[in-house]
Amino acid sequence: MVALIVLGILVVGVLWVIVQYNGLVTLRNQVTNGWKQIDVQLKRRHDLIPNLVNTVKGIMEFEQDTLQKVVEARSAAMGARGAKDAAAKEGVLTDALSKFFVVMEQYPQLRSSENVSKLQEELTSTENKISFARQFYNDIATTFNTAQQVFPANLIAGSFGFKPAELFEIAVAAEREVPAVNLSLKK
Amino acid sequence: MNLYEQQKANRKNTVVVVAVFIVFFAFLGLGFDIFYFGFNPWASGAASNGFDEGAPAPGIGFPVATVIALLFGSGQAWWGMRFGDRAVLSAANAMPVDSSTTDPQQRQLLNIVEEMKIASGLPMPKVYMIPDADPNAFATGADPQHASIAVTRGLIEKLNREELQGVIAHEMSHVRNLDIRLMTTIAALVGGVVLLSDWAGRSMRFGGGRSRSSRGSKSGGGAGMILLVLWIIAVVLAPILAQILAMAVSRQREYLADASGAELTRNPAGLASALKKIETDYSPTQSIKKGTAHLCIADPLGRKMGLREGFWADLLATHPPMPHRISKLMQMAYQASPHPLNS
Repeated sequence: MVALIVLGILVVGVLWVIVQYNGLVTLRNQVTNGWKQIDVQLKRRHDLIPNLVNTVKGIMEFEQDTLQKVVEARSAAMGARGAKDAAAKEGVLTDALSKFFVVMEQYPQLRSSENVSKLQEELTSTENKISFARQFYNDIATTFNTAQQVFPANLIAGSFGFKPAELFEIAVAAEREVPAVNLSLKK
Repeated sequence: MNLYEQQKANRKNTVVVVAVFIVFFAFLGLGFDIFYFGFNPWASGAASNGFDEGAPAPGIGFPVATVIALLFGSGQAWWGMRFGDRAVLSAANAMPVDSSTTDPQQRQLLNIVEEMKIASGLPMPKVYMIPDADPNAFATGADPQHASIAVTRGLIEKLNREELQGVIAHEMSHVRNLDIRLMTTIAALVGGVVLLSDWAGRSMRFGGGRSRSSRGSKSGGGAGMILLVLWIIAVVLAPILAQILAMAVSRQREYLADASGAELTRNPAGLASALKKIETDYSPTQSIKKGTAHLCIADPLGRKMGLREGFWADLLATHPPMPHRISKLMQMAYQASPHPLNS
């Protein structure tokens, strides 16, 4: 009888460990995937910038400085190594882009160009997608970290070598202000 | 209530609603069996009972109509859950938006839906456009893997990017909370009840004289009469009750979708300003039929009911009063503003 009870407790214990372990693995995969989603959007931003710069170069010749900063920030971001470095350099790029958008607003002939507004919409959307992808990543990473840290799941997380995921921090303070520019197509 | 509790509650409610509808269908069918075919559920042999004796048509021993109604009800429920979204979309004349479109407005719409897809971590829903000048939107489908979001042309034309994002976030929350499953099933079932009770009512008027009059003059059992009255009341009231149920289920979900939509965009002011614009545009949405009103972001019938609160208004409105929704969102925006909106 006692043996049966002990056996029962053991079985329940093993089942619990399996469920917890699988839950953590699922979360870890979601975190990895969330991180990749950010990368996809960053890559898309890098691809879009040369197009936009080439399109507006002729009209915005008095703003070579602003354009130059965007181009430089882009190549710096593309050459970044490691997550921390990338975060800082992408932040600089975001900053340069938002200044560029503000300057662009002063050129009515740019706004009326269909090609430019198309590119601008794509870039605005990509900016949004980057920040939403980060937001989602942070949410899922927080869930993952909490799942590892609460008792008694922390015993499993520790013995199976789960590590807490790093959260995305905003490197440049001005970054949050990007959407302040009204980029609506309706005027 | 968190997301998982909400999803669980919606799964449970879907089952309850489907069960209630099926029982109701069975009840309608049973009435047919008793009053038209002379079936007596309390007798072991059909002809040996009290109130069917002497009726011109001898009673039958098998509840044919009940079984048919049960099958019809279950079939309707299954079909509604599985294909209800298509019916709802085609009833609204919704056209799919091509993913390679070059139209700037449609491009922007697709971009915004994709942004919200990323923010919510869900699969990309299908995007539809309704050729209607009144701003409105709805989401439908059985689950997030088979979800569709439809917006009217008026919505795209009248709202700016930020506001459109707020509306799409609201719809995406309906998808994520599994509201769409419940709402789509209800839409299909409400349609079924209206159809069936219409049918029952018509046959009552034209073909139903025979068995009722014969029974009334002969045995006229009291229990039978009460049942008949109850049955007729049920047939008459069914469409109204079904609508009220659909509305009640819808209303509580709107506040929640507003709040979790704001959580996705981190910008409650966008949705608040969108709702203001939608509200001032009070013309009814022509393309959206009565049966699907509860799916939309704003009451498509343009009813003034949306402004009042109280028992009757609550009973008849599919949506909570617009000023309340807006002020709740503005409160959120106020609380969020002094800090960086990022988590």
